[in-house]
Parts: sequence; structure tokens; C-alpha cells
Amino acid sequence: MESALHHLSIYQAHKLLKEGQTTSVELTEAVLRQIEKVEGLVKAYITITPELALKQARLADEKILRHRKAGESFSPLLGIPISIKDIICTEGIRTTCASRILENFFPPYDATVVEKLKEAGAVIVGKTNLDEFAMGSSTENSAFFPTRNPWDLERVPGGSSGGSAAAVAAGECLGSLGTDTGGSVRQPAAFCGVTGLKPSYGRVSRYGLVAFASSLDQIGPITKDVTDAALLLSVIAGHDPKDSTSVDYPVPDYLKALVPEVKGVRVGVPKEYFIEGMEEGVEKAIREAIDCLEELGAEVVEISLPHTKYALPTYYLIAPAEASANLARYDGVKYGLYIPASELWEEYRLTRGNGFGPEVKRRIMLGTYALSAGYYDAYYLKAQKVRTLIKKDFDEAFEKVDVIVAPTSPTVAFKLGEKVEDPLKMYLSDVFTIPVNLAGICAISIPCGFSEGLPVGLQVMGPAFGEEKILRVAYAYEQATQWHLKRPPL
Amino acid sequence: MAITREEVEHIAELAKLYLTEEEKEKMQRQLSAILDYFAMLQEIDTSLIPPTATVLPLRNVMREDTPAPSFDRDKILANAPQKVEGYVKVKVVLE
Amino acid sequence: MEYEAVIGMEVHVQLLTKSKMFCSCSAETFGAEPNTLVCPVCLGMPGTLPVINRKAVEYTIMTGLALNCQIAEFAKFDRKNYFYPDLPKGYQISQYDLPLCFNGWLDIEVDGQIRRIRIRRVHLEEDTAKLFHFGDYTLIDFNRAGVPLMEIVSEPDIRSPEEARQYLIKLRTILRYLGVSTADMEKGAMRCEANVSLRPKGSSELGTRVEIKNINSFRFVKQALEYEIERQKRLLEQGKKVEQITVGWDEEKGTTVIQRTKEYAHDYRYFPEPDLPPLVISREWVERIKASLPELPDAKSERFQSQYGLSPSEARTITVEKEAADFFEACVSLYPNPRKLFHWITGEIFRLLGETGSTFDSLKFSPESFIKLINLVDKGTINQNTAKSILREMFSTGEDPEKIVEKKGLALIADEAALIKVIEEVLEANPDALERYLGGKESTFGFFMGQVMKATGGRADPNLASKLLREKLAQLKNR
Repeated sequence: MESALHHLSIYQAHKLLKEGQTTSVELTEAVLRQIEKVEGLVKAYITITPELALKQARLADEKILRHRKAGESFSPLLGIPISIKDIICTEGIRTTCASRILENFFPPYDATVVEKLKEAGAVIVGKTNLDEFAMGSSTENSAFFPTRNPWDLERVPGGSSGGSAAAVAAGECLGSLGTDTGGSVRQPAAFCGVTGLKPSYGRVSRYGLVAFASSLDQIGPITKDVTDAALLLSVIAGHDPKDSTSVDYPVPDYLKALVPEVKGVRVGVPKEYFIEGMEEGVEKAIREAIDCLEELGAEVVEISLPHTKYALPTYYLIAPAEASANLARYDGVKYGLYIPASELWEEYRLTRGNGFGPEVKRRIMLGTYALSAGYYDAYYLKAQKVRTLIKKDFDEAFEKVDVIVAPTSPTVAFKLGEKVEDPLKMYLSDVFTIPVNLAGICAISIPCGFSEGLPVGLQVMGPAFGEEKILRVAYAYEQATQWHLKRPPL
Repeated sequence: MAITREEVEHIAELAKLYLTEEEKEKMQRQLSAILDYFAMLQEIDTSLIPPTATVLPLRNVMREDTPAPSFDRDKILANAPQKVEGYVKVKVVLE
Repeated sequence: MEYEAVIGMEVHVQLLTKSKMFCSCSAETFGAEPNTLVCPVCLGMPGTLPVINRKAVEYTIMTGLALNCQIAEFAKFDRKNYFYPDLPKGYQISQYDLPLCFNGWLDIEVDGQIRRIRIRRVHLEEDTAKLFHFGDYTLIDFNRAGVPLMEIVSEPDIRSPEEARQYLIKLRTILRYLGVSTADMEKGAMRCEANVSLRPKGSSELGTRVEIKNINSFRFVKQALEYEIERQKRLLEQGKKVEQITVGWDEEKGTTVIQRTKEYAHDYRYFPEPDLPPLVISREWVERIKASLPELPDAKSERFQSQYGLSPSEARTITVEKEAADFFEACVSLYPNPRKLFHWITGEIFRLLGETGSTFDSLKFSPESFIKLINLVDKGTINQNTAKSILREMFSTGEDPEKIVEKKGLALIADEAALIKVIEEVLEANPDALERYLGGKESTFGFFMGQVMKATGGRADPNLASKLLREKLAQLKNR
């Protein structure tokens, strides 16, 4: 048992802590040992915080002991070693966004989700790697180093939360927080054979999440199974007075949604998601998953989301436009990289020109162009209008079905370097995840088999604030198939 | 929808981004390809469609006018590259 | 050819909220140590988000109502993108196409004529940091960054530098009545930009606009506009073209200086602020705000005319400052002679305020104690001149006028016995004059009166002293 502590799910580890069969320090040490063993290969972390983690673990153990003596239950996150994507601010812990421009940035405050994790007593193991400012689908856009897929070190873990997904898959933490602007939680979760949940826009506070595209960004859990996703979401969800776009709807206990029962649940299968160019093995795994749901009693319905193909250009206009403003603050004045020159504006140009990597610069250029005089209507405004249509597609679909299932990605994890030189090709790997962000709805990716030995992700989409629905369907499928128990051969 | 070299330079200046000659060339090529692909959006008639800036039904999210203590100066300016006596310093600002 | 100036004004006003526009840092930044009223939000730290200050929205709506504007049913914030070291986020949260208030007007009076200046819009945004320039470097204080800033934009309805000045004065009066801003130009709480073009008189076309920035006093507004109009007139008379430029007013040189030419025109790339849900302003909300509006200067001025019998210009004089009007009204309720009070207040109190450069809200004495002073004159305890010097003392110390009279022994001598004694002494000391009087030279009476006043330090009750002196002289004559 002891040797596999790092492979436990959060829920399992919590049970052991509750029963006094292990301690937070033991769990944390197991995770740190695993990091020591595999991190050189996987490279999931930008910053590892072992001292802090052990300190928090010791504190957690004291609390656990008190709770146990008093016969009280305690937060399922108390004493659990988790990691955080390095685009979420942590007070006093370097937060780089995998960018040279923030290489030495130490936030003076905690993101709201980090406050919530700390309150729950979670142990923070470190900050995970990502595509610079979450812009990318492979984690190759990290300014520091690429992360590798634990299932095949020659392949990418997906992105942009590739570090989080790889760390969870490799047992380098029990769970992680990623962020999802166009698929950045779900696609790496699919590539690494783990679970990733993108909450509805407004469900989780964005305060302290370094903004990429403000109208699309959401923080979401990356975990080993559906139970853990529900559990982490219960902790981080809720209204935050510091985020005007977070809603004050009550937060349900998502664990209660985990009923392995889908009889009568209407499952929509959008025909537009089974397109040419989808990998055969992926399609096969998804079709089998749909059959499985049907066998479990779900009512499978073919539906249409007619504007699906427009989602990609829509997204790649709106997100870069917002990003071009969000990233204007990096000017070398208040924080971050500063490159001296003979004159102020030259300092701005050099600081930004050298501080940002190629993909970030590309998106700033694209976004600036889409907003600039003479192009606003044709690009930015047009995209906002098409966004209305994409949202409408989903609204209409959810009148007919409870959830929609589709592949998370048209392919399994691709090779490192395979798409780096062709940005458009890279963008196309987000084609199935992007519509969810544009519509502001929720979705979860869960493992549903393998194609050529690499994990395939099944995406379950639900209406805005319908997290309980997707969790229930995902849980029922997971319990019926057990794909989530597969571990990479590291 | 090809984007010209001059446009690349103009946009880079709006965004205050230094680009090498090689980067400019690449940017021109890649942005042109991307914009070509995006041209498919023009297929859709959106003349009667309202734009979506936010998917949320939220309105009138406001706070009361209650002041709270600010941050300690050393802490808030800890990351600033250049400081003088509690001020942030930059090269002289010219238009 | 005769030219006509076409002037539009953009006025930025810092709102008197307690906290900043989008965070809880104090907005009372005047005199604070640099960068001590700053938090991650107003410094634009990565990951931070704005939250709208309700009071700032209400103050803007109040202003819009006072300026006869329509109040938007749907308003939103937008990002205005440009780089400048005083702009922490690299964009300013402002309002672009859907401002809170629009289509209003403001009446001003110039040379006895009422001129109506249309207001295009009133919107809300955030202030920038303060920059201090030194030789080759600039220091930044972010305290001011994020203070609520309201922008009031007029239509180009202003036709002369004096009208521009009157427009600003009227605006300041209204803002102060509303209590939404100190509107203090010297302290930067009200900042003004003007755009000006010339056209042949009678023409309805617009000429090329020149924008004048950094006009920070009422005096400079007039000077800068006069200078710029003159400059454009010379160009046009020489057959040259006016370029579309932005200039700044240089106080020291007394000239405008080019800041930016047209080629450098900004492309602000406005787009809706995704961090802030829009505002839906219900008519109930607007009504509540309307109900809370104080009586505005024009209405007050009219009421003062009908209720207190003041002339239009008197009523305007006393209502320019709300505090003066309030003081006046409080006095009238204690002493129902508005005309007399008007003269005392606009004469004596205005003079003292002018001499010391202070304002009504810093007045150290109350209407009650001011009326006590007037009553002392009426009762004959003191004379008019003494009252003025007592007022001066009240102004500097705030002391009660009766106490001052008592302490300094300033009351008139109305004691018959004491006055008779003084009269006898005066007559005794001037036997020659007495002889002349008794000899029939009655004009010597004035001389004796003067001597009595002199002997009493001016405190002799003049009526009583005159009566007693006459009686005494009659006695001597009949003897």
C-alpha cells in the first residue's frame, strides 16, 4: 500500500487519513519521492515547494489528529498534496505563467481559489508547467521547457494545463488546478488519461487567475477520477465579491451528484463532432463509450450543433483580442522583466518583444489587428455575433437532451515538435473543446480507452451550471468501465 | 486576406512589440494564413444577430463605497524593477 | 473676414467617493505619501479584477440629472487601449458607446444673455497615476490610479473664451452643489480640455479642430483659448491651413505648445470590458436619485428672487456657492431682512473670504452669532464701524460678538451722567470756542461734538451725546 500512496485518488487518501492509516506527511513525502523519481522525465513542474508542502502537511496532521480525537469529519482536501497551474497567483510563491516576462514575479496575494484550498487545508506541492500565458495546446509554448506525456515521453501532454495533467497522471500530486479558456483543462486531461472538468463560466472565481481571455477563462480541477473532480469543484466553486463575473448561485455538494445511474438520461451526440480527419482509434473509442452509455440505460439522440465549424475562428478572434488588452500591463514598469534602452518606448518594445514567446506575440498581434480601426466590425464584432449563434446552438440542444457527448480531441497526444511550426494546425486540435467556452457551459473529459496505446478522452458537456448532470453521467460511465484506473508505465 | 508588411509593423507598434526582421516576415505569413482561414466567418449573415460580449445573465454587479486599508508599500512595489524613495521610476516620458 | 470660434469642452472631474472606482483603496489621495494607497487591483497586478463602486455610478447619474441629461437604461464599461506609464493595466476602463448619461444641457449667462450649452455625454472611468518629471527620468505615484473620474463632454456650442470660462464656473457650482466633487482645478480635481476651430461668421460648417490639453485654472482657460483663436485667425488670414493637432498650454510662456500631430492619432481599440457585467439602470433607481438631488443653483436663484426680493444678479451672486446661499437662508430665518443681510454677507463676509482666500465652509462663526452682531448695531450698542471690526475678529477667532464687545469695552457710552461729565470737561478745556458759541457762532457745535467723540474714543452714543450737549449749551446761554 505504502509504495503506491502517490497513486491514490484524493478521496481514497482522505479515507486513509480519516481512518488514521496514513498521515499527510507520509502522503506528501510519497508524492515528493515520486517527483524526485520521474520529474526529470516528465518535467511537469516549474516550481516545486517541498519545504512549504511538508510544513503544511505537518500542520494538516495536527488538525487531522484533533478532528479524529473529537470524532469530527473534516475537509476531504485536508492534508492532500495537490499542485496548481503556474498561472494562478500564490502569495510569496513565484508565479511565472511560463513566461520570461514574469520569470521572477512573486505575487503579493493569493488567488481566491488558492485561499479556498488553503482554508480546506490542502498541501501545495508546486506550480505546474503550461503553455505561456495558457496559449497553446501542447505545453511546448512554455518559455522554460516542454512537459512530456507520461504515457509516451516523446509526445506532448496536451495544453495548456499540460503540467497539471502530466503531474496527476504520473502521481506527482493527487490532484491539480488547471485553467480552461478553449480546452486547456480537458484536452491535456484526455491526452494524459486523467479527468478534467471545465466549470460553467462564472462558477469559479477568476480572481488571481492571470487573465488570458477574460470572457472565456475558467479554473477547473484535473484529477484521477470523477469523484475527485466533484470534490475539488465543491471546494473552489462559489461567488467571490472580488470577481464581478462569478455568480452567487448556491454551490451544491457535487459528491451527491455521483449516482452511477443514467437510466432515462438523454444523451445528445452532435453529428458535427464526427468529422473527417478524426483519428480512427479515437472515433472507435468514443462510439464504444456511447454504446456503453446506451447499455446503461441512457437514451442516445443524434443532435446538430450547426455552427460548430465556426467556433474555431470565432474563438481565435475573441480570445486574442481580449488577450491583447490583458497582456498590455507587462511593460517592465511595475513588475516583471525590464530591458533597459535609451528611451522609454524602446524599453517597452524590447521588454515585450523579448519577454513574450512567439505564440503569445502572434496572438497579441492577431488580437490587436482584430480590434484595430477599420477591422473591428469585420473581425471582432463579427466573432461576437457568431458567438451568439454558437451559444444558441447549445441552448436549443439542451432543450432536447440532458448532456452532449463527443470526443475531447480529434486525436490522441501528438509528438513533440509535430505542430510547433504550423499554428493553424495546432489551433485545430482545440476544435471540440472551444465551443464549450464560447457558450459558457460546462464539460468534463474522462478516459474512455486507448488508441495506439495512448489515452482517449470522452467529453461530456452540460448546460450552464449543469455540473451535476455531467458529473453523474461521467461517474456512471467511469464506474462501468474503470478506464480511470490505468496508470502510465513510468 | 493577406496582411501586408506595413500592417504587421503598424500592429506591432500599436502593441509595443519589438519584432526582428525574421519575425516580421514569419508573422506576415502566419497571420495571413490564419486570417484566410477565418474568412469562412463571412459566409454567415449576422446582420440581425446581436453580439455576445458576456454569456452571463448578470447585471449591476457593484460594491458599496467602503474603503479598506491598502497594501504595504514595500510589499506592493516589491516586484518593481526601478524604485526611488517610494516612487516607481521610469525613463522620462515623451509623447 | 470675421471669424467665429467654435469651442467644445471635455471636463474630467474626480468624484468624492471614499474608495476608488474599482477597488477598496481610499480615494482621498490628497497629501498621502506616494504609493501608500495602492493595492494589486489599482496597480494592475496580474490576475486582479475590477468591481464597480456603486456610489460613483450614482454620482455620475446625479450629475447627468443636474445637467438635464437622459440617463441610459443600459450602460457598460469598455477598455480603452493605449500604453503610458501612468496607466497600470495598459488600458483604461472607461465607457465608449453606451455612457451613463447623454443629451443634456447647461445654461450659462454671459453679458446678461443666457446661452444654452448642450451636453453630449457624461461618462465614468478611472483616473491614471500621477507622473513627476525630472530631467531624464519620471517618478510614478499610483495613489491616484483608479480614483473615479467622470468625463463631461459638451457639444461645440461655446463661442468665446469668456463663455468657456462661465461654462466651467457654472459646472463647478453644480458639482459642488451636488457634493460629487470638490471640482478644485488647482488641486486637479477638475481638469479641462478644449477643442477649438474657427469658421467664417454665419457659416455652419466646422473648421479643423485643435485640441488644447492641460488647462488647469479658470484664468488659463481664457488665456489659452484667446491665444489659440488668435493663432488660428492669423493662419487663416494668411491663407494658411489649420493643422489638426493637439497642443498643451504652457503657463510660463503663455503660449500653446504642440504635443501631438495627426499622424500620431491614437487607435484606442475600445471593446466591452469582459470583467464587468453591464449596468441596467431602472427608472426607479433614477427616480430615487432624482429625489435625493439638492436644490440646484438656478432654481435656488429664482426662489431667492421671489421669496426674498433679491434682484436676478443679487440672487446669482449669493447662490454661486451653496454654502453662501445656505448661510444667507439661515440668517434670514433669524432676521427677516434679506436685503440688509445680502449686503452684509456679500459686502463684509465676501471681502474677508476674498482677503484670506478661504471659503464659506471654513467660516468660524455661525449664522446665530452673525445675527447677534447685527442686533447689536440695531440696538445701538455698537455702531456700524465697530461692527465691522468685530466681524473681522469673529472671522479670525470665531468668538461671540457680545463677548468681544464686553471684553474690549466697545459698547457705546449711553450713560447720561458719564456723558455730561465728558461734555463739561470738553467745554472747560475750550473756553475760547465756548465764548464764540455763546456769542452766536452756532457752527462751533460740531467742533464740540467732535471733541466729545474724540474723548470717548468714538464710543459716545451720538444721538444721546448730541442731545446732552445741546441741553448743556442752552443752559449756559440762558444763564
